[in-house]
Amino acid sequence: MTGDRATLLAVAGLHVRSPEGRDLVSDVSFTLDAGERLGLIGESGSGKSMTALAITGLTPPGMAVSGSVVFDAPGLGRTEVVGAGERRLTSLRGRATSTVFQEPLTALDPLMRVGRQVAEPLRRRRGLRGRALDAAVTAALEEVRLPDPERIARAYPHEISGGQRQRVAIAMALACDPALLIADEPTTALDVTVQADVLALLDGLVRERGMALLFISHDLAVVSRIAERVIVLKNGAAVESGSVDDVVNAPRHPYTRQLVGSARRLDSALDDVLDDWRAP
Amino acid sequence: MTTRRRVPRSATLIAGCVLAGLVLAVAVLSFFWLPYAPDDTSGDRLMPPGLPHLLGTDKLGRDLLTQLMIGARVALEAGAGSVLIGGLVGLAGGLAAGFATRWLDDTISALLDILIAFPTVLLAMLVTAAREASLGSAVIAIGLAMSAIVARLTRVLVKRVLAQDFITASRTSGTSWPRIILEHVLPNIWPTLSVNLALQFGLAVLAEASLSYLGLGAPPPNASWGRMLQEAQASVFIAPAGVIAPGVLLVVLVVGVNLIADGVRDVADPTRRRTR
Amino acid sequence: MTRPILEVRDAGFAYGRSAPVLTDVSVAVTPGRSLALVGESGAGKTTLLRLLLGLARPTSGQVLYEGRDLAPRDRALMREFRRGVQTVFQDPYSSLDPRQRVGRIVSEPLRSLGLRENMAARVAAALDAVGLPEDAASRYPQEFSGGQRQRIAIARAIVCEPRVLLADEPVSALDVSTRVRIVDLLHELRETRALTVVMVSHDLAVVAALCQEVAVLERGRIVERGDTAQVLGAPRHPYTRRLIDSVPRLPPPAATSNTDLKAPGH
Repeated sequence: MTGDRATLLAVAGLHVRSPEGRDLVSDVSFTLDAGERLGLIGESGSGKSMTALAITGLTPPGMAVSGSVVFDAPGLGRTEVVGAGERRLTSLRGRATSTVFQEPLTALDPLMRVGRQVAEPLRRRRGLRGRALDAAVTAALEEVRLPDPERIARAYPHEISGGQRQRVAIAMALACDPALLIADEPTTALDVTVQADVLALLDGLVRERGMALLFISHDLAVVSRIAERVIVLKNGAAVESGSVDDVVNAPRHPYTRQLVGSARRLDSALDDVLDDWRAP
Repeated sequence: MTTRRRVPRSATLIAGCVLAGLVLAVAVLSFFWLPYAPDDTSGDRLMPPGLPHLLGTDKLGRDLLTQLMIGARVALEAGAGSVLIGGLVGLAGGLAAGFATRWLDDTISALLDILIAFPTVLLAMLVTAAREASLGSAVIAIGLAMSAIVARLTRVLVKRVLAQDFITASRTSGTSWPRIILEHVLPNIWPTLSVNLALQFGLAVLAEASLSYLGLGAPPPNASWGRMLQEAQASVFIAPAGVIAPGVLLVVLVVGVNLIADGVRDVADPTRRRTR
Repeated sequence: MTRPILEVRDAGFAYGRSAPVLTDVSVAVTPGRSLALVGESGAGKTTLLRLLLGLARPTSGQVLYEGRDLAPRDRALMREFRRGVQTVFQDPYSSLDPRQRVGRIVSEPLRSLGLRENMAARVAAALDAVGLPEDAASRYPQEFSGGQRQRIAIARAIVCEPRVLLADEPVSALDVSTRVRIVDLLHELRETRALTVVMVSHDLAVVAALCQEVAVLERGRIVERGDTAQVLGAPRHPYTRRLIDSVPRLPPPAATSNTDLKAPGH
């Protein structure tokens, strides 16, 4: 794809206020082009997850959302999410966007076999039935590099590992071929090695499909691995944005500097040990 | 950060205390003063409210207000007694099951399920057959039935607390199990449990009224609201006061106790009190 | 060589009749040599930690404290052990009793071990050592953030002046900048209080910052063990190598960058 990609999502002046009157997200604006990969960085309480929920129209009851969130997905037309009715939002979910959450154990129904859960969106959106549906489920599980997809399809969520569960959740999110994949701390609950695998998988899938990605995390190092551009959130407001390289190498806002500094400190602790070994 | 140190006093709690306190006041008063002796049948039968019998008389010529006041005492005794028995037995059983190994836990849980499935009336008849028809028998039956429910709730709450890291931290500090129960387990299950016990109190009052209605409660002259209802049933159209008076007080007490339960939930738990 | 404070010798562990969680595991904790236990989830790290904490008994083999077999019957030894070995957990939200004030939480080891002299002063000193204000003692845990809660948990662990601090993923639930501050705190306590840290972690950067030795577990066995620099610098086991390659890193600073931060070696 070339430089001038079509704008897929335009968020302008997004504001989310809690029932107690606290501003959880204040005046956040950004655009996301088709196929672009954007990281949303912030620590707990920064409003990053609430921003993602507002984009999908899934803010908890009682939250006052204002501003504008416009999707312009190919084939779906322009849709303003803020203030849209549930029916309109439902038609948007899955096709325009779907979300992968932090904890795959709670995102999957514990009493339903994995195969049926993956089948559900495929049946609903693509109208597949019977053998065609089974084949599509197997293909979806294969696509997220799950070994022995037939066995996994028959398993219950608790019978497979955390990394495998997150792959299943990704398969479900991708089932309707959304234009935008939102990943909310998708690797935080995973082991480091599994995290590396899942990140590589997400990276590959998003690239292959030309899908846009909104990757939410508190971990700058993880985000820099997968995103092109980042927005740094603090107390609900965007304090800095730019390309990953610029933000990491020349942070302007003091808060960003602190985040980068912390990440570098940990990096260098490891490097020092490795240097010690190589030096003599 | 706006941390509220204290919530404004719970309105439900105050309303509940007023309603239940009314019944309590009547019950306390009944120990010191009664308009007539409980077994005084000197009045005319089925007199309407007025003087000298404020609420009228029943079909035996007993003063209704007197009966009602004694009934308040009986209702509170029934509620308190049942909650005491049900609470203690249930807490003990629930703690045992909560701490037990898989095998023992399954056994206790099965027993509890049987006890819960067992109708309270049948249990009351068995206790009455073994002892006699009395308030004590009714309270034992209600308490036992209640203990199963309390035990099942306690078991779940205990298991949830035991899974928390602060229990492990306590163990690695060398704290003994009895102290862990006193310091960590009971305080953490208490908010939920106390609300449930308050609700059970209301149910026990109703259960005692039902048992008395069936003749399985305290025998005369210990008037019970349930038996008053039963005795006045036949003459409800001639002398409605005999049904209305105990009925209203029963509702006042049960609603009051339930409101207290709700209020306690709001106030008792510091984790709900504070907003982060 | 100094005698180990805490040691697991040829230990095996299995729940009931299921497959063993640990097989022939031997680990020794020597004073002043902090140790990291790394491995994937399900490798047996947490079970090993439970053995070291005396919360579970090995099905075979021994756990030794100061060279003596740790038997629950030996009350005197257990008391000495509880005082000498304290712990910090991963989840600062589950590790503090929400119904107790911080002062009471922190003083629990003192009360349980019967060290009732100067209790208030010791609690205040512990809170001060972890960088919490004095008035923290009279507040409830819910009033503190995740990082502050972890400080409270650390204060509780050091209040009885233990020699070994066993920590199960002590920073993995925290934000990165909070993580750095807690690592700094643990580092400082390690130096000033002669604490030996034994830590379960899969974050190699944290391991490198805090521990001199590393033991790598895979499927209930120790597959690699040695000095941190040696194990991480020249990993012999494939899993260790994968672990090092998986650590998420920032892109290296551009040559022209004006950050005052130390550039990692290439």
